[in-house]
Amino acid sequence: NLCTAALLAAVLVCGLTCASTAAAEEAITEEYESISNANEHVQAQDDYARSQKRREITEHDDDQNEPPPSSSSSSSSSSSSSSSPPSKDYFKEELVIRPLSSGDIYASFQFQTRWDTDFFAPGKKVSHYRLFPKSLGQLMSKFSVREMHVSFTQGYWRTMQWGQPFLPAPPGAELWVWFQDSVADVDGAWKELTNVLSGIFCASLNFIDSTNTVEPTASFKPLGVGNVTHQRFLRYAVLPREIVCTENLTPWKKLLPCGSKAGLAVLMKSEKLFHSSFLSLAVHIRPVCQDWGCKGTAWELRQTVNVVFDLHTTGQGKREWSFFKMFSRTLTEACPLATSSKVYIDVTDNPQGELFELNPAAPSLTQAVVLGDRRTYAVYDLMASGTFGLLRSLNVLLRWKTPVDMLRPLLHGERYVAGYGLQTGEIHTLIYNNHPYRAFPVLLLDIVPWYLRLYIHTLTVTSKSRENKPSYIHYQPSKDRLRPHLLEMLIQLPPNSVTEVTVQFERALLKWTEYTPDPNHGFYVGSSVISALVPSVVAMDTSYTLEHPLFSTFFPCKEESSYFVRVYTEPLLVNLPTPDFSMPYNVICLTCTVVAVGYGSLYNLLTRTFQVEEPSPGVVKRLANMIRYLRGVPLL
Amino acid sequence: MGLLSDPNRRRALTNLLTRLNTPLCIVCYLAGVAWFMGLAFEPFTLRTYMSENAMGSTMVEERFLAGERALVTAREFAAQKKKMGGMPVDWLVKAMQARGLEVFTQSFSRTLPFPDENKERYMVHGTNVYGILRAPRAPRTEALVLSAPCTPGSSNNQAVGLLLGLAQYFRGQMYWAKDIIFLVNEHDLIGMQAWLEGYHHTNTTGMSWTPLEGRGGSIQAALSLELSSDIITSLDLVLEGLNGQLPNLDLANLFYAFCQKIGVLCTIQGKLQRNDWDSAAGYSQAVQTMLLMVLKQASGRPWGDHGLFLRYHIEAASIRGINSFRQYKTDLTTVGKLLEGMFRKLNNLLERLHQSYFFYLLPSLSRFVSIGYYMPAFGLLAAILLLLVGMREPFGPGVLSVLTPLIISHLTGVALYTLPIMAQQTAVEHFPVSETEAVVLTAIAIYTAGLALPHNTHRVLSGEGTEEGWRVLKLIAIFYMAVLLGCTALINFSLGFILALTLVPVAAFITPHVPRVLSALVMVLLSPGSTLLFSIFVYQELQEAPITLLEGWNLFLSVISQGILDHNLYGSLVYPLISLLVYPCWLLLWNILFWK
Repeated sequence: NLCTAALLAAVLVCGLTCASTAAAEEAITEEYESISNANEHVQAQDDYARSQKRREITEHDDDQNEPPPSSSSSSSSSSSSSSSPPSKDYFKEELVIRPLSSGDIYASFQFQTRWDTDFFAPGKKVSHYRLFPKSLGQLMSKFSVREMHVSFTQGYWRTMQWGQPFLPAPPGAELWVWFQDSVADVDGAWKELTNVLSGIFCASLNFIDSTNTVEPTASFKPLGVGNVTHQRFLRYAVLPREIVCTENLTPWKKLLPCGSKAGLAVLMKSEKLFHSSFLSLAVHIRPVCQDWGCKGTAWELRQTVNVVFDLHTTGQGKREWSFFKMFSRTLTEACPLATSSKVYIDVTDNPQGELFELNPAAPSLTQAVVLGDRRTYAVYDLMASGTFGLLRSLNVLLRWKTPVDMLRPLLHGERYVAGYGLQTGEIHTLIYNNHPYRAFPVLLLDIVPWYLRLYIHTLTVTSKSRENKPSYIHYQPSKDRLRPHLLEMLIQLPPNSVTEVTVQFERALLKWTEYTPDPNHGFYVGSSVISALVPSVVAMDTSYTLEHPLFSTFFPCKEESSYFVRVYTEPLLVNLPTPDFSMPYNVICLTCTVVAVGYGSLYNLLTRTFQVEEPSPGVVKRLANMIRYLRGVPLL
Repeated sequence: MGLLSDPNRRRALTNLLTRLNTPLCIVCYLAGVAWFMGLAFEPFTLRTYMSENAMGSTMVEERFLAGERALVTAREFAAQKKKMGGMPVDWLVKAMQARGLEVFTQSFSRTLPFPDENKERYMVHGTNVYGILRAPRAPRTEALVLSAPCTPGSSNNQAVGLLLGLAQYFRGQMYWAKDIIFLVNEHDLIGMQAWLEGYHHTNTTGMSWTPLEGRGGSIQAALSLELSSDIITSLDLVLEGLNGQLPNLDLANLFYAFCQKIGVLCTIQGKLQRNDWDSAAGYSQAVQTMLLMVLKQASGRPWGDHGLFLRYHIEAASIRGINSFRQYKTDLTTVGKLLEGMFRKLNNLLERLHQSYFFYLLPSLSRFVSIGYYMPAFGLLAAILLLLVGMREPFGPGVLSVLTPLIISHLTGVALYTLPIMAQQTAVEHFPVSETEAVVLTAIAIYTAGLALPHNTHRVLSGEGTEEGWRVLKLIAIFYMAVLLGCTALINFSLGFILALTLVPVAAFITPHVPRVLSALVMVLLSPGSTLLFSIFVYQELQEAPITLLEGWNLFLSVISQGILDHNLYGSLVYPLISLLVYPCWLLLWNILFWK
C-alpha cells in the first residue's frame, strides 16, 4: 500500500486527464479542483482512519506505561527498547558522483536522519534527542511545522548541459513550509519561523515578509504523508538575491550527527565547495511512513549538498577527477553513527569499461531508475572494511573520454526580460518540451514583485505559433507594498515544441526610501517554477518494498510511466526608474531658488495694490487741512 | 524683484533691451562662439577622474600571455574566412565550443531600402555567432559583452583571434561574477542590430532574425574590438553612438587608466594628446579633437559597433587598433592584458555605470567638458532668440495668412522625408541613375524645389502680404526655432549647437526689407543642407585629409544616402529631424524674405 505522499502527482495527473477530456474550458478548472479534492478527500479519510487507529494504540500503551510497539516489526528492536527510549532513529549517508557530458562533475551528498517519533503527540513533549538535531526538532514542535524545505544555492543549474539534478533548487534562498492544520495564525507562525531559521542558518531569511510570500495552489504539494493539502497552510518564498557562503555551510554541517569530523562530511571543505560552478545546500524535513504498511509516521530530515565542479577552472580541462582533486580530502572512515554509508558513481555511459576508468575498481554495481532513466552505479560501501584498502583511505579516481554534446533534456525553461527603456517591459518565459511524440502538462508558477505591475490582459501562451489556452489559471493580483503577483497555470506542452508565455509589465516608481542601497544594480524577480510529470523512457520503480539509494527516493513516484521534475528558470534583474540620489541637494537648491525668486515676485505682483501716487500738496494746503482736521470738517 | 513690479524701472529695462537689441545679439553670438572655443582650453576644463568606487580602488593584476596564440588563431580564422568567402560559422562554433563556451548562432536578413554603395550591399543575409562564458557565481542575471565584427576582406582578423584567445583565458578563471558574451557579428552594424534586437526581443526597424537561444541576463557593459594588424602603435577609443548618445564617462576613464598602467599609446578621434597646453599647437590640437567629437556626435550615426548598445542603456565603446609609422609598437599580448584588466574591473561593478557623466565633450582623454560647462555656449545663442522675441511689437490677429506658409513648409518637409525612398523606382525608370543616386538626387531636388514653393503662397489666400503678417510669421518662426533647438541641444548638444550657429543669425537679420538677392544667397549658404556640406569639409580638414570640391560633393551625396540609411536601418533620428522640423522652420524664414 502506498503512502499518501504522492498527492502532487495525483493532482497533476488529474489535471492531465481533465485537460484532455473536458470540452468547456471553464468547466475544466472546476472539475479539476473537484477531482483533485475528491482524490485528496479519499486519501485523507484513509489516512485519518489510520492515524486514529495509531493514536488509540499509542494512548492505550501510554496508559500502561509501556513503549509503543515498534512498527518496523523486528522482534529485536521491541525487546531492546523495553528499557531504552521508545523512539528509534537512524542515520544514513551517501554520495553520488555523476560525470556530466560537458566534462564537469556533479557530486550530490545526501544525509538522512530518520526518527520514529511524534512531535505533536498530545501531552508528551519530546525532549530527548539523539541523532535528530535538537534545534530543528524544537522548531518543528514550536511552530507545528508539518513539512519544511529550505535551500541555499549559488549559481544556476544548467539544464541544457548537465541534465536534471537529483534535487532542483533556485538560485538564492528558497523556503517552503506546510504547517499543521491545527495552526490558527499561519502568517504569524511563518513570520517567526523565518526569523528563527534566519538565525539557525545565518541567512537573510528574515527578509521574507508578505511582499515575497505566496500560497501556491498546486505547484508545491506536500512530499511527505499527511492529510492537509489546502494551500492555506502552505507558505512559499524565494530570495533570489541571497548570497551563499561559508557562514551558511558551517551551521548546516553542525546539524549532522558526526558534524564534519567523520564520514562523508569530511569532504565538505568550504574552500573547495565554493570553488565550483554550482553549489546548493538544502534541508528537508517531512513526515514519512515508518514502514511499508505505513502504520505510523516517522520524521525524516534530509540534508543535501549538490555541487558541480567545473572542467576548466577546477579540472584544468582534463577529464580526470578524484576525491582529492575535487575536495582536497580523501575518505578514511564512515560516520560511526551511520547505519549506512555509501558512495555511488554513475557508470552508465560505460558498459564495457572502455570509455571510463575507475580506480580502485568498484566492489559492486547496482541499478536504479532515476529521473526516467535506468542508470548503473558503482557502489563503494564505507561500512565494509575492505573498501579503504591498504592505505586506509579511499580516493576514487575517474577518467573518461566522451564527446561533448549539448543535452536535450525533455523539459527545460528559460526566462528573460524583453524591451528597453524604463517604462514598460515584457517577461518572456520559454518552456521546452523536447519529447519527440508525447505531450505533457506542466504547472508554471510565477511570482513577480509588486513593483513590476503586470498587465495580465496581455498574458499570452503560444506553442508552435498557435495560442495554447491554459486549462487552469490561478492569478492573484499584487497589492502595492503588501503582496506580490502570483500566477499559476496548467499548460499542456505539445510534443517537440517551445511554449512561450509572455506578459507585459510597467515599472513602478518607488518611494525614495524604498530603494535598496544599490538601486542601479536593479531589482530581482525570483525564478519561475515549472513542475511536471514527464513521460519516462523506462518504467519507473514504484514498488516501495526494496531498498533504494537515497537520491532516487526524494520525489515519491506513483506511476510507472512518468516521473516528477521541477525546473527553475533563471531569476531576472530588472532596472526600475531610479532617481539620481546625488540630486536631492541640487533639487533642493533649485526649488528654493525658484520659489524664492519666481513665486515670491509673482505673489508680490498679485497681492500688491497699485495706486497712482499724487503729487504732494503744497504747504498752504497742508496747513489748511490741519486746521480743518482740528475743526472736524472733512479734508480738502 | 523690484525690477518687475516697478513700472518705471521695467520700462527702462525694456527700453534698454530694445535700443541695444542688435549690439546685444551680436555680443551674445560672439560670446557663445568664444565660450565654445574656450572649452578646449586646458585651464578651463576638468581633469577626468574615476567616479565609480567599484572600479577605482581595486587594481587588478593582468596575466594574459597568449597573444602569440591569438595571432595563430587569427591566421586560422583568416584562412577559413577566405575559404568560405564569408563568415566561417561552423569553424567559429567549433572554436568557441573547444574553449568551453556555450555557443549559439543567430541568422538574420535585411533588405535595405536602397542599395548601400559605400559598403556594396542590398540584400543582407548573415549569421552572428556568440559564445557565453557562464559565471560560476551568478545565476545569469548580469552579462558583459566583448564583440568583434567579422568584416569581409583581410581586416579585423586579429580582433577575432584575440577575442577567442581571451575567451580561452577567461574560461579558466574563477572570479567571474557576470556572464561574458563573446560575439562575432557579421555585416557589422546590421548584424549587431539584429543581435541586440534578438537579445531584447524588440523589433524597431523591421529586420527579420531568428530568436536567440541563450542569454545572460541584463547586459551591463560592452566593448567592441577592431584590430587589423599583428602589432599596433596606438589604440583609439570611439564613443559616439546612435543619435549622439555617449556611454558613461567612467568607461572612457577606465580605458585611459589601463592605457596608462600598461603603457599603451591611446588616442581619441585619432588625435594624440599633447602636453604643451599653453602653446598654440597644443590648444589647436585640443580644439581639433573636440570639434571632431562635436561633428561626429552631431551626425547622430553610430561610429562603431558599440553605438547601437546605447539605446538599451548598455555602456559601450569601440576600441580600435591603429598601426601607423610610429616607433613604439605594442603586441597583441599587451592589448589582451588591457582588455583583461578592463573586463575584470567591469566584472567588479556592483551597479550599472552611473556615477559619472553621460553628457560631456572630450578635448583629450584626460580632460573633459561637462554639460554644465558647455551648455552656456548654447544658452548664449539661444538668448538671441529670446531677445528677438522681446523686441517684437504687439500685433493683431493674422492667423490665416500665417497658417498657409506653416502648412506648406511642413508638407514640403514631409515630402522630403518620404518621397526619396518611395519615388526611387520611378526615378530609376525615367533617369539614367542608380537607386542610391535616385534617392539622394530626389532628396536634393525636393530640397531645392522647396525654396521655390512656399513664398508668396499666402497671397493666394489673403491678398497682399501685410507688414503685420510677416511680423507674426517671424515671431512664430523664432518661437518654433527656440523650442526646436532647445530640445535638440538637450538630447544632442552638438547637433543643436551647430544648427543654432547657422540658423540663429538667419532668424536675427531676416525681414522682407533687406536686399533680396544678397540675403537669399546668405540664407541658402546658412541653410541646413549647406551646413552639412560645410561640416563635411571641416571634418575632412580636421581629419587631415583635405578634399577637393568635387570629392566634397561626392562625399556630400554619400553622406545624405548614409543618413537616410541610418534612419531606416538603426533608427537614427537626424534625418527625420532635419527634414520634418528644421528644414520647414528654415523655410518659414525664407518665406519672410519673399513676403512682398
